[in-house]
Amino acid sequence: MSKRSIFKFRLYVTGDTQNSAQALANLTAICREYLPNRHHVELVNLLQEPQRALADGVLMTPTLVILSPSPVRTIVGTLNQTDLVLHALGLETAAA
Amino acid sequence: MKPGRTRRAGIQIKAPTGIIGFDEITGGGLPRGRTTLLAGGPGSGKTIFALQFLVHGARYCKEPGIFVAFEETPKRLAANFETFGWKLAALQKQKLFFLDARPTPDLIQSGTFDLSGMLVALGAKIKEMGARRIVFDAMDIVLTLLPDQAAKRREIYRLHEWLLARDLTGIITAKVGGDQESSLDQQPFGFMQFMVDCAVILNHSVEQGVSQRSLRVQKYRGSSFDEHESPFLIGKNGFEVAGARTLGHAHTQVVHERVSSGVERLDTMLGGGYYRGASVLITGFPGTAKTTLSGSFVEAACLRGERTMFVSFDSDFSEVIRNLASVGIMLDRFVKNGLLRIVSVRTITGNAETYLLRIKIFAKEHGARCVAIDPVSTMSSSASEMIAHSVVERLIDWSKTEGITMLCTSLVDEMASRTVGMSSLQISTLADTWIHLNYLAQAGERNRGLSIIKSRGTAHSNQVRELILSDAGVTLADIYTAGGEVLMGTLRWEKESAERAANEVAEVAGKLKHVRLNAEEAELEVKVKSLQTELVAKKTEKELLTRTSESRERELSRGRTRVRELRGGDAAVPRRKKTR
Repeated sequence: MSKRSIFKFRLYVTGDTQNSAQALANLTAICREYLPNRHHVELVNLLQEPQRALADGVLMTPTLVILSPSPVRTIVGTLNQTDLVLHALGLETAAA
Repeated sequence: MKPGRTRRAGIQIKAPTGIIGFDEITGGGLPRGRTTLLAGGPGSGKTIFALQFLVHGARYCKEPGIFVAFEETPKRLAANFETFGWKLAALQKQKLFFLDARPTPDLIQSGTFDLSGMLVALGAKIKEMGARRIVFDAMDIVLTLLPDQAAKRREIYRLHEWLLARDLTGIITAKVGGDQESSLDQQPFGFMQFMVDCAVILNHSVEQGVSQRSLRVQKYRGSSFDEHESPFLIGKNGFEVAGARTLGHAHTQVVHERVSSGVERLDTMLGGGYYRGASVLITGFPGTAKTTLSGSFVEAACLRGERTMFVSFDSDFSEVIRNLASVGIMLDRFVKNGLLRIVSVRTITGNAETYLLRIKIFAKEHGARCVAIDPVSTMSSSASEMIAHSVVERLIDWSKTEGITMLCTSLVDEMASRTVGMSSLQISTLADTWIHLNYLAQAGERNRGLSIIKSRGTAHSNQVRELILSDAGVTLADIYTAGGEVLMGTLRWEKESAERAANEVAEVAGKLKHVRLNAEEAELEVKVKSLQTELVAKKTEKELLTRTSESRERELSRGRTRVRELRGGDAAVPRRKKTR
């Protein structure tokens, strides 16, 4: 895994509800710690763009989609288990 | 669907489901603008119920609907339910929307989540298509993903609030374990049950190897409902509930019209035939011509031009026709011209409830005015006694409500009981007319005897008759009683001929006596005449005699006077004056 690869995220939230706000905070923290200057986050607020939920098949919120590097993975929830998120990102060895 | 009960002050308070029977149980359908919980074990029919509710709304109530599928793909659902003829593909264009809400299998979960994203999306869709109904199918799937009870509770609550705020009529289906009554109380379903306005529980059990489906409305806020378990069936048009009739529902029309039994002498015995709309029970041992009597009833109905249905549990369609043709009952022609429908149900599978529903559906489809069921006792062999009894009760009830004249036969097991009228289903009390057929074994013969045990509202013959089957048809013959014994068959024939001979002898003797008496009478009359003549002669003679003796006396006295005058000896003048 190349250290220079950029992580592209898309986070679906519903406004600043408790779960959504937590997820955003957790994601920001992970990015700051493990992926400094190597990430790009697209924030989708379903309250403003409800059609995207159906179009993208995202029904549970918050949902984080890891667009790249491939494969595309989906994590649902507040992202409060950092290990699990890092594992999904393939970063757990770096953390160790 | 049911006017009068669904409308109150111009506002519909119930959303009809279009499920036969269910709308009757609940008095119009599900609570409009509220949430209903539909709980049941796997394969209990939750999805069918829910989808039928949506389809009905979309097709007939101008209420488009959304189906949120947590378990199955919309494609598979559509394929599965195509057989019901709901035209899902056409509806899906604008009136029905399927949302594939299955969690992806490779989904990673970290921390809690909520359904607000989905609800937001649905909100947009609802606005777009003007949906009024919504179904969340297999809610349990998504709930298991939630990490703790509090989160589950919160999401259910969120969903409920969301539904209420949009004034949607919603169904949430949830699987519960096999022993549903106990698992229903478990979280989070217990909580759901408290929250929703209506809860319906579907049950699928096997009793004595026979599958039984039943449905129970557990709660229904703000409405009365039938709270008993009602059996249901998943038929070719979807869900059908055998609704128990609520009191005061039926408007049975009492008529005085009679319908023929197809046997002329039986009609006479019944004082003109069965009553229109009556239920007739024919009980008897195997082979006592129960089917034949049903056949003649059916034939008579067809001859009157009435649409008729014959349900046979014993024989195949063609067997029925052949067997009845052998006793001169020709049903073939009526099947051809469409008046008669013969339904043959093999007794191997199915339960009493299924039979009842099928009979009802077929009769409705055919528009039958007369129905014969042969034999109704089959139902008891395929269900527990209690269920079978209630089924037959409802069958009779149904036929009365519909004004259908129904004839049922019931087999009596010869071995089990020889007492007259032991009907295993005990439906004899419900039937209006009860005819019992039995065998009389006598002098090396078995002969069929027919008697009317009861016939409500009609005078009926008390006599036991012999039932004779021949290729010319069914007839009843008089029975001879001799020394307190009933004579049938050959004995009856012998008795008949003996009586005929005796009659002839008596007749001849009578004639002879008549002739002799005539002769005697004539003789006497002659005698009377001659005596009368004699009498006249005697009278004349007597008169003559009197007259002669008087004149002679006169002559004598005149002579004496003359003599005295002639003698002139005495002063005879004064005496003469005196005598003159």
